[in-house]
Amino acid sequence: MAPPRSFLWSRRIFLTLLTGFVLLPVYVMVSSSLKPLADVTGKFRWLPSGLTLRPYIDIWSTVPLARYFVNSLIVAGVATVASVVIAVFSAYAVSRYEFRGKRVFTVTVLSTQMFPGILFLLPLFLIYVNIGNATGIALFGSRGGLILTYLTFSLPFSIWMLIGYFDSVPRDLDEAALVDGCGPLGALFRVVVPAAVPGIVAVAVYAFMTAWGEVLFASVMTNDTTRTLAVGLQGYSTLNDVYWNQIMAASLVVSVPVVAGFLLLQRYLVAGLTAGAVK
Amino acid sequence: MTTTAPAAADVRKDSPGAAAHEPRRRPGRIRRIGLPYLLLLPALILELLVHLVPMVIGIVMSFKELTQFYIRDWGTAPWSNLRNYQVSVDFDAPVGEALLHSFLVTIAFTVLSVGLCWLIGTTAAVYMQDTFRGRGLLRALFLVPYALPVYAAVITWVFMFQHDNGLVNHVLHDQLHLTDKPSFWLIGDNSFYALLTVSVWKGWPFAFLIVMAGLQNIPGELYEAAALDGAGRWQQIRRITLPSLRPVNQVLVLVLFLWTFNDFNTPYVLFGKTAPAAADLISVHIYQASFVTWNFGTGSAMSVLLLLFLLVVTGVYLVLTSRGRRTSDV
Repeated sequence: MAPPRSFLWSRRIFLTLLTGFVLLPVYVMVSSSLKPLADVTGKFRWLPSGLTLRPYIDIWSTVPLARYFVNSLIVAGVATVASVVIAVFSAYAVSRYEFRGKRVFTVTVLSTQMFPGILFLLPLFLIYVNIGNATGIALFGSRGGLILTYLTFSLPFSIWMLIGYFDSVPRDLDEAALVDGCGPLGALFRVVVPAAVPGIVAVAVYAFMTAWGEVLFASVMTNDTTRTLAVGLQGYSTLNDVYWNQIMAASLVVSVPVVAGFLLLQRYLVAGLTAGAVK
Repeated sequence: MTTTAPAAADVRKDSPGAAAHEPRRRPGRIRRIGLPYLLLLPALILELLVHLVPMVIGIVMSFKELTQFYIRDWGTAPWSNLRNYQVSVDFDAPVGEALLHSFLVTIAFTVLSVGLCWLIGTTAAVYMQDTFRGRGLLRALFLVPYALPVYAAVITWVFMFQHDNGLVNHVLHDQLHLTDKPSFWLIGDNSFYALLTVSVWKGWPFAFLIVMAGLQNIPGELYEAAALDGAGRWQQIRRITLPSLRPVNQVLVLVLFLWTFNDFNTPYVLFGKTAPAAADLISVHIYQASFVTWNFGTGSAMSVLLLLFLLVVTGVYLVLTSRGRRTSDV
């Protein structure tokens, strides 16, 4: 049945306005990154007075962007892999086994989701310093401390989503694998994990984005050598001038890999959410 | 190993009946009982180390007179009993008054932001339920604000809100002549609307994503049956789509509420360490109380109060929504 005209028109108007709202900052980011400095320090102009790639060359020398980039990549990458592996194990246990304390575990893990980050920022900072003093393992100021922190941020949501996803994988499948002589871990990796790939990809995307975008802990727990993009991007403002064209160019450069990856994987994300979080 | 193996072999030789299965089954059963705990262990250790232990320490700190002089060795800081809490909730004194103000701003901001995110996300998802040309492209575009790293997206908004060289003032003042003179967006009262705009821009795609996923679980037969009964498009949305989304919405609204309420990244990148009073969200307020004015004890007490509030709200919300679910089943 064809939708009525009122529906079609309201849809057209709404979606056009929304597209404008969504794309406005993207346009500003892209166009400003190609402007000479005079264009971004004076009155805003929709179109650049002249196109230049200069900001894209200068961003690497104004601040050590490459180093921040590598730091972010290592921190977010390792945190993502670790968080996904740990979430897979936990979700499998909750989804497939009955055991004492199961409810306590899920409720505890999920409720950590509601803790304001600010509540454990200072205590965690002190714990890391104390561990460092006692054992010589440098957690504070190192990438390791940040990785450890970030992987727990995405963990509750990941576990919760994967429980839903694993529940939707028929139990008969892995029970058949157990009968065929697989161990529980064999059944997990040969049957449940392959059947749950969209959910796992969705969780990985979420974990990566959480770590790539975090600002609070990155600004307190890093030093000059371990600084991530989240903090490093603030370095383009000098006392005299704010290099807005360079800031926009750098923002674009750090965004492109994440956005591209996300858009490539978005089908998995919807599929993963459908089976996982939404049920 | 070497001592138990012969013993097990002896048992099997002695009694070849039902008992023979005992030693072989037991290790299997023990592993099965232990396995779930083993699988949960990494998550449990990490949650303990990074969330629960710091939380307990944070609660202890909130009862201490913790200033920068004691931060190296915080255990030696003198006990302050309930003084930090008294200071935080004394709404007639400056600290308490500022906290109450920040709390009210955060509530207003969260309610508006979550409401708008939900409304825009749901409307977009419902409109995009049918296939039409360009739908895939549009869907990808709509997810861009969600995919962009917070600091890159918010810093672009900072540029747009600049007083002299920003897009917002250029459009509102120079092009549309809606204001007498260019406004300030990142200081003063307007900062609340600037923050709200950025938060909604960044947050609505998540609602869109979740509702879109929820829509895929509604069986198509429901719509066909409704169409046969003569229900128009708007009626179908009101009678089928929205009620079917109820369980999805319950989770969505709670998650959006918690994330928005605790959001630190957006205000921090938008305003820096000290937010303007009109947009002084509680996370930044506590950060400022702890790390800018160096009063960690009071900061911890404020954090604990915030956590208590969130626990109560979540508890009440869960009770209310689960009761709703029970009656809707009947």
